This record gives sequence, structure tokens and C-alpha cells, in this order.
Amino acid sequence: MLVFRILAVAIALGAAWPALAVQPEEIMSDPALESRARALSKELRCMVCQNQSIDDSDAPLARDLRVLVRERLSAGDSDAKVIDYLTGRYGEFVLLRPRFSLTNALLWFAPLIALIAGAIGLVFALRRSRAAPEILDASEPSLSAAEQARVAELLGVPKGKRKKVV
Amino acid sequence: MIAEIGHYALVLALGLAIIQGVAPLIGARLRDDTLMAVAGPTALGQFAFIAISFAALTACYIQSDFSVVNVYENSHSAKPLIYKISGVWGNHEGSMLLWVLILALFGALVAAFGGNLPATLKANVLGVQSWIAAAFVAFILGTSNPFLRIVGGPLEGRDLNPILQDIGLAVHPPLLYIGYVGLSISFSFAVAALIEGRIDAAWARWVRPWTLTAWLFLTLGVAMGSYWAYYELGWGGWWFWDPVENASLMPWLAATALLHSAVVMEKRNALKVWTVLLAILAFSLSLIGTFLVRSGVLTSVHTFASDPSRGVFILAILILFIGGGLALYAWRAPTLKQGGLFAPISREGALVFNNLFLTAACATVFVGTLYPLAIEALTGAKISVGAPFFNLTFGPLFVPILLVMPFGPLLAWKRGDALGAAQRLISAAAMALVAMAVTFAIAGGGPVLAPFGIGLAVFAMVGAMADLIERTAVMRVAPAVALTRARGLPRSAWGTAIAHFGIGLTMLGIICESTWGIERIVSLKPNEAVTVSSYDLTFDGMISRDGPNYRQVSAKFTVRQGGNVIEVMEPSKRNFTTRETSTTEAALMTRGASQLYVSLGDANPDGSIAVRIYHKPLVLFIWLGAVVMAFGGLLSLTDRRLRVGAPKPARKSRGTLQPAE
Repeated sequence: MLVFRILAVAIALGAAWPALAVQPEEIMSDPALESRARALSKELRCMVCQNQSIDDSDAPLARDLRVLVRERLSAGDSDAKVIDYLTGRYGEFVLLRPRFSLTNALLWFAPLIALIAGAIGLVFALRRSRAAPEILDASEPSLSAAEQARVAELLGVPKGKRKKVV
Repeated sequence: MIAEIGHYALVLALGLAIIQGVAPLIGARLRDDTLMAVAGPTALGQFAFIAISFAALTACYIQSDFSVVNVYENSHSAKPLIYKISGVWGNHEGSMLLWVLILALFGALVAAFGGNLPATLKANVLGVQSWIAAAFVAFILGTSNPFLRIVGGPLEGRDLNPILQDIGLAVHPPLLYIGYVGLSISFSFAVAALIEGRIDAAWARWVRPWTLTAWLFLTLGVAMGSYWAYYELGWGGWWFWDPVENASLMPWLAATALLHSAVVMEKRNALKVWTVLLAILAFSLSLIGTFLVRSGVLTSVHTFASDPSRGVFILAILILFIGGGLALYAWRAPTLKQGGLFAPISREGALVFNNLFLTAACATVFVGTLYPLAIEALTGAKISVGAPFFNLTFGPLFVPILLVMPFGPLLAWKRGDALGAAQRLISAAAMALVAMAVTFAIAGGGPVLAPFGIGLAVFAMVGAMADLIERTAVMRVAPAVALTRARGLPRSAWGTAIAHFGIGLTMLGIICESTWGIERIVSLKPNEAVTVSSYDLTFDGMISRDGPNYRQVSAKFTVRQGGNVIEVMEPSKRNFTTRETSTTEAALMTRGASQLYVSLGDANPDGSIAVRIYHKPLVLFIWLGAVVMAFGGLLSLTDRRLRVGAPKPARKSRGTLQPAE
């Protein structure tokens, strides 16, 4: 299904696609700042693209945001401050990792809820099967006449001597 | 004319599908052999007509018949033949036709090779399968007809999107669709079992090979898609946690869980109710994937609402099959008898553990993928859930799976000996510790988690082999004896070990690539050089070369290692004239399982060119692991008990004269 993702990316970016995302001239001279900028860029969404971070995207908007992130970092902002600044300007939509909030609680707890629900279900299922141990085959649906004939055929019982096998 | 034949054949297929969806089900209810026998021929006929339809569309593409809208919009006479053919499914209408073709193929396979199925089960399975086919053929005919004509056809087509003009398009969608759609058989078996109200170990034995087939194609399809994105998109990533990718990952996770729970059901007659539910869920996730990709709902809830005809149709199909399947489950599942007691520490217990975590991982991906849609629909607020979220939540769920995985095959059914299994894994654990220590010593300053990841991957890989080593006694007896023992082992044991080894391999690749990958982004003028890892790359200059339907500009790089020229790499950009679009073709140099990856950017006015160069250590293990997994699946599929486990009706006796009754 990647085809369609690739298509979507191609359409979103138009004819200029694809070139590089991060351009050589954007890179900051201070490697520590640059690596922080790259890490931050991976967390931020290019809002005109489909599910791409500004680090991956070649769209002009992504470029502007990358430059903005670098400007804020060289101005001495902390990572958290840069994130705050961008969410202030563009809303929560810009964060690829949503913040923990009341609306997002279900999202963040999803793995835990799934595990706990599964474990509880499991305990109940085990208890139930222990409480009612299996009664061997007594209540299994018996074979139909046609199936009886098949069994006999497979067992090689001559037709005349066939009787109920199971 | 050819297009009309294709269109007409599709209408006939719909007719047959409806008959096949009704008569056998009634027949199974009334125990009427004649009505039930309708299923076989109609399934074969349905497949034949859809195949004719698909062949007709392919013929239109090969002949470049631009009076057919679909061909006009997605093809070009100058396109190489292979892309003319793969272009058939490089668009919405054609890909849906491929979808139903594979659906009908699976139905036909059950009809042809399901001779040993009980008559009512076979009739019900084919009936349910046909309902799915009918719904999707109606969808194609109603909203996505690929055979529509333009009056006075244009002379030239608009060409296929250049990014799709790649061998990846020829391979990836068919593989993925075989996997996706193959799960429909497990679904049909589950629904048939619920209709009959009867399910036993034999049912699991019939379902398992079909699920295994679907799973191995799905594995290859997902891996192939990932590799395609890696080399074609040109930014070196191989998994983006895109909703469209998640749409293929979710069925894979569910199918993997189903594969394991079906083993428990087949061997121990336990987990019946759960297995049936998983079979329904696995295909439901395939359908949801189709819906997500096909309806446009991903871009925004609003684009979906603005052109809803296709989306609403698929949504209706979705509700019908998922809702219907689950409702039937809720109604009938309580009547299914649970059986097969087991202690928590046992083979069953390990498989249940596997199921718990795989399902939780699947649920996480599901919630993460759909949460933004739900929030937007409910509150109007827009949020994004992307790679950072999934890396943080999905990864930890896979760690316990990998840790427990080597234990599973070493535990006995019913009641296992954890201590004994642990003792047999001591050498695997020791090797994992050594690997951790070595990693830590070499890359001490790196990420703290990386050595643990390497240790875990090594534990999974060596541990996967523990069962084989134990059972062949290769360490204790003469090689010849061990070889004989190895031959005597069931192929499913080999399959399990190899597939488990594969997942460890994939994990090793992921960790190495993401931790020690190097990226350099530079502007280079001709004759300038750059060093990446142990390689020196010199930019020699630009070369122009034209292809059949594009113009290509390549940059020539000479790669040296220790002063010796080892390779010439030519990353390029192609400009496709018809669509006025361009693509970058990354150049790859493979050394062992590691790759050097060079991708071109824009040329600057001063004659320099921007390039992105990556060194990706052991990156090929990511996909090689998936191929190994699929190979394990294939071995398991050829296991004796699946080949001859349920014998065919004795053909020999049929040939001889039978006494009159």
C-alpha cells in the first residue's frame, strides 16, 4: 500500500519533488545545536504534507520551520521552549507525538489498556475452563449419515459390513 | 471491444458471486447436496470471469488503448512493457480489480483443493467468501469502473506517476494483496464455523495452511514495500509509521497472532473462541486498511466528506462484514465449547503470551492510526500521531515477545518446565551477554539501549535455534547421526526455528541501522571529496543520459576505501516529460549487509550539487529477516501434517469397480 503513500507524497509536493529535505546551507556550524535541531525536526509535522516530519519533507513550509527551529535554538531557547513556541503558533497539530492531555489520555494508555484487558480476559477464561472441566466428546455433535459413510470408506470397511463406526 | 468484454465478464462474475453466496448457504442449512454442490463450479466460474476481466484491462494497457479512461489517465505508449503491465494496478480502479481477482483466486483454490472438507463447511466457506466478492465487484462496477470509455480517444496517455514506474510496483502490491485478501479465507472459515456452530481441531488444521499462506505473502509484501520506499523515496528511511503502512502492519500482527493461536487449537483443542475472533479481526483489519487507503479519509475527515461516493460504499462494506462477523460471533461463540486445560507455564501459555502482546501491539497501532480521525470527527481539533509516538509505544511491546519467543518451542504442551527451558537457553543467554559486552566496548559512548537491543536480538536468534540443536543433538552425536535426525524432524519445527531466527535478524538490522547509521548532507563541486564511514567519495561530474520516457541527469561518484577505487556510484534525477515530474534515483552500494546510499538534491548556481550520503550498517538484515521469516512459513506449509494430514478421499478405490448395493 506504500504505492499510495508515495503517490500522496508526490502529489502533495508537486513537480519540485523530490530533492533533499535538509539542505546543506541550513546546517548549523555548532554540531551540538545541529543535532538538537535534527532531533526536534523529527518530532514536528510538516503541516501541508501527509504524515511527514519537517526533517523528511521537502516542502517550502517544512524548510521555513526547519530554519525557524534553528533560529530559536541559536537564540538560546531550550528544546521545550521551541516546542512551546511552535505549538503556540501552529497548534497541537504540529506535534507528531501528541502531548499527554485529557483528550489524548486514551491514546497514551491504549497499550496498557489493551494489555490489562487482555490479561483480565485471560484470567476469566482460565477460571471458567477450570470450573467446568472438559467432558470428553460426550456432547460433541455426532457425525451425519453421509459422514459416517465417509469414515467407513476411509477405514476401508466393505459396504455391506458398514455399521455405525463412531 | 476488449474493454467491453472485460466489463461484461465482471458483470457475469457478480451474477455468479450472488448465486454462490446464496445457494450453498441454503444447501448447507437444508443439508441439500445439490445446492451445496453449486459452490464449487460457481467459485471456479467466478474466478475465470474475473480473470478474463483482468486480462482484458491488461490487454488495453499493453495495446495503449487510450479510449479507455483508466488507460489514458495512467499509461503512455512510450512506457516500457513491464510498467504498462504493472500500471494496471498502479491506480485505484485497477488495484481494486486485482483485489477481487485474488479474492476469487482464493475461493477457486478452496473449491479445487478443498475436496477433503466436510461438505457443509465447504459450502458455507465458499458462500461467505462469495459475499465478500459480490460486495467488492459491486463496488468496482458501481463506483470504480476501469472500463469506461472516452468518446474519440486521445492519441497519447497521461503516463503513470513516475515514482510508480519501478519494479517495486510490479512486485509489492500483488504480494501484499495476496496477503491481505488471503486472510479472507480465514474469515470465511471462521464465519462458516459460527454458522455451523461447530468447531474442532480439524477446523484449525484446515484454516492454518490458508492463514500461513496469507501470512507469508503479507510478510514479503510489507517488507518489499518498506524496501521500495527506502530506495525510491530517497531520504533513506524504511518505515514511516504512515497510516497507509500501519494499514498493512495491523493485519500482519493479527495474522501472526492467529497463526500461533491456531497451533494451540489444532494441537490441544483450546483457545477456540479466541482463534475464531482473531480470524474475524485479521480480515477486518485488512478491510479497514482498504478503507483507509481507498476512501481518502486519511488526508482529513473533510476530504472524505466532500467526495464520499467511494468512501461511503467501502464503509458500508466494512460495517456489513466486520459488524456482521462480530455480531455473529457474539451470538454464536458462547455455544462453542472451550477445551484443553493447560498450566500457565506450558507451550500453550507461551503462545497465549505471544497473542496477548501481539494483540496489544496491534491495538496500539490501531488506536494510534485512528485517533486523529476520531478526535477530529468528535471535537474538530486536529492532532498528529506520528513516528515518535509509535516508536515509544510499539517498541516496548515487542521486547517481551522477543524475550519469551525462544522459550515457547522448548516448553512442553500442557505443563512445561520453565527451569529446564531456561537451562537449555543458557548458551543463547551467554552469547547475548557477550554480544552486549562487545557492543558496549566498541560503541561505549553511544545510546545506552543499543547494547541491550543487540543482546536481545542475539538471544532471539540463537534461542530460536535451541530447539533444533536439542532435537538433532548436533553437539553430542556424530555429524552423520545429527544429519539423519535433522532430516527426520518435522518441517514445521524447522519452520518455527527459521521464522523466529528471521525476526531476530530483522531486529538486529533495525537496531544497527538506527543507532550507528551515519548521514552526511553536503554541497559538492566537481572533484571535491567527502568521507563517510570508511569510504571516500569524490564527485567527478554530471552525466546526461536519456531513458525511453524520461531525461536523466546523474552525478558520478568514485568511491575509494584506503585509497583504492572500489565502486563508481551514479545517483540520478529523472525528469518525466509527460507529467513534468521528476524522481530521484538513489545509488546504493552493498558491502555485506551494509549499504552506502547516495541521493541527489538540487544543483546550485555555482556548479555545486547538494547530496545526501548515508552509511547504513547491516540495514539489509531488516528485509532479509522478513524473507527468512517467510521462508520459515513456507517450510511449515510443506509440513507433512499439512500436506497429507487430512487425506483425500481414496481415489484408488474409486477407479476400481464397486459392488452394486
